[in-house]
Amino acid sequence: MESMATRDAYGKALVELGKLNKNVVVLDADLSKSTKTEKFAKEFPDRFFNMGIAEQNLIGCAAGFATSGKIPFASSFAVFATGRAYDQIRNSIGYPHLNVKIAASHAGLTVGEDGGSHQMIEDIALMRAVPGMTVIVPADGEEAKQAIFAAAEYEGPVYIRLGRPKVPMIFDSNYKFIIGKAAVIKEGTDVSLMATGIMVSEALKAAQDLEKQGINACVVNISTIKPIDENTITQVARITGAVVTCEEHNIFGGLGSAVAEVLVENYPVPMERVGVKDTFGESGKPNQLLEKYGLTAKDIVIAAKKVISRK
Amino acid sequence: MDEKTLEFLKEKAKIIRRHIIRMTGAAGSGHPGGSLSAADIITYLYFKELRVDPKNPAWPNRDRFILSKGHAAPVLYAVLAEKGFFPIEELIKLRKIDSPLQGHPDMKKVKGVEMSTGSLGTGFSTSIGMALAARMDNKDNRIFVMLGDGEIQEGQVWEAAMAAAHYKLDNLIAILDYNGLQIDGPVTDVMSPEPLPDKWRAFGWEVIEIDGHDFNSIERAIKTAKEIKGRPTMIIAKTIKGKGVSFMENQAGWHGSAPNQEQVEQALQELV
Repeated sequence: MESMATRDAYGKALVELGKLNKNVVVLDADLSKSTKTEKFAKEFPDRFFNMGIAEQNLIGCAAGFATSGKIPFASSFAVFATGRAYDQIRNSIGYPHLNVKIAASHAGLTVGEDGGSHQMIEDIALMRAVPGMTVIVPADGEEAKQAIFAAAEYEGPVYIRLGRPKVPMIFDSNYKFIIGKAAVIKEGTDVSLMATGIMVSEALKAAQDLEKQGINACVVNISTIKPIDENTITQVARITGAVVTCEEHNIFGGLGSAVAEVLVENYPVPMERVGVKDTFGESGKPNQLLEKYGLTAKDIVIAAKKVISRK
Repeated sequence: MDEKTLEFLKEKAKIIRRHIIRMTGAAGSGHPGGSLSAADIITYLYFKELRVDPKNPAWPNRDRFILSKGHAAPVLYAVLAEKGFFPIEELIKLRKIDSPLQGHPDMKKVKGVEMSTGSLGTGFSTSIGMALAARMDNKDNRIFVMLGDGEIQEGQVWEAAMAAAHYKLDNLIAILDYNGLQIDGPVTDVMSPEPLPDKWRAFGWEVIEIDGHDFNSIERAIKTAKEIKGRPTMIIAKTIKGKGVSFMENQAGWHGSAPNQEQVEQALQELV
């Protein structure tokens, strides 16, 4: 299966976007090689601004660009972009609802060897809590590319969560990403696996395993965490009567919480959350970490069986 | 500056100060001290310097003024209203429910407010983004930003200071309202920002020191700053917190408390 890191897709999409729209500017905080904004920097040096290791100022400057009619993409690692500069995101971007795109890479445990200090597992929760912020977590390279273009088209603040490792390509160019729309990528009647980011491919694997055991799982890609697709979530919950959420994020405040909010208000069904169980990560290879912290297809299968037993 | 202009500015600043007293008095809260210290500088900017058009607040080539010390919102609102961005009668709604005049400036609600500020240090960074954008577009407009002396204790300010010098932003003019007092007392006691001129020079800025209540000094400093090439300018303006109201002058207590009815009347009697 072909694979690509969502940050690589971001780097490529930025260059294409830069050619199409001269108002696109990119800001980075000394991580352009890692966030892949260096491609844009090379192509459009006059529209690239390295702000140094100073994320608060990075975000503030991006807000200033937005007030001047530019479409700034501000990039750093997720842990710094959303953690270090939370106040600036809240007050200089969220509060005035400015047209800034925060595209943060190296989210989640799959940062790997850098360890828990760099493995951001709270960013979805933080960004989701900012009033008016759109939160997008692409599942693969194709979706990441389309999400970047969609974010540029959309007027308002957007957080895009990108990853470090290569992930399997799930979608091809026939797929159409729409902000706020979840996609049922496998139909099923026994249980819904609602996943985001790199966990979508794990959920698909889990669905195959479940199929072998006679369990018909539906897989939903929830790439826009906010505004969340209440209709699709409720519809699928009605059909399957049981939900498992899958995310490379703390189980508090992320996709699991967002889906739970929708379900309890619309159509309560038994639900299990696959995610990081309120603990920090550690150094290791991405796949070792996913295994140790319970974020694999196997863990989704276990959660699916458990939630079905609760129906 | 000719006598007539000087008299006009002095009169305008007095009117602005009267607004500040009435507004904070009516609101029963707010920040009169730092509004009064900044009143002469902001009056000068809007009535003598800034290329802005109240009838066309979104004019792309306008100069920008960002009040990074957002708690001084009363002075900004008073000046914007006097300049014609919105009716003067609105001022009395400061901090009231459903009012556009929030406790700290909200660019979404008030015409002429260039950036929502309040969390200290944030406005300064946004001014740098604006200056970079203006230069990218070959515009000849200028970005003015006012910081408080307590505000510069924020780390973000120094991130921004570094960036402005690095990018040689000579279209950016910062003004420090150096009134010497913050909530808990003298800034030099709480967390000294000194030596201020040396710090800003070391960060690559042109530094001009002035009396922030002397319109001629303000004018000379801004004229000089506009001629500086290749680096941003910081105008360190020595001011008096609570300036113009005897019982508020140099009193840290008036940073964030409003005058009562009696105090409002006393203050207005002094501001004639």
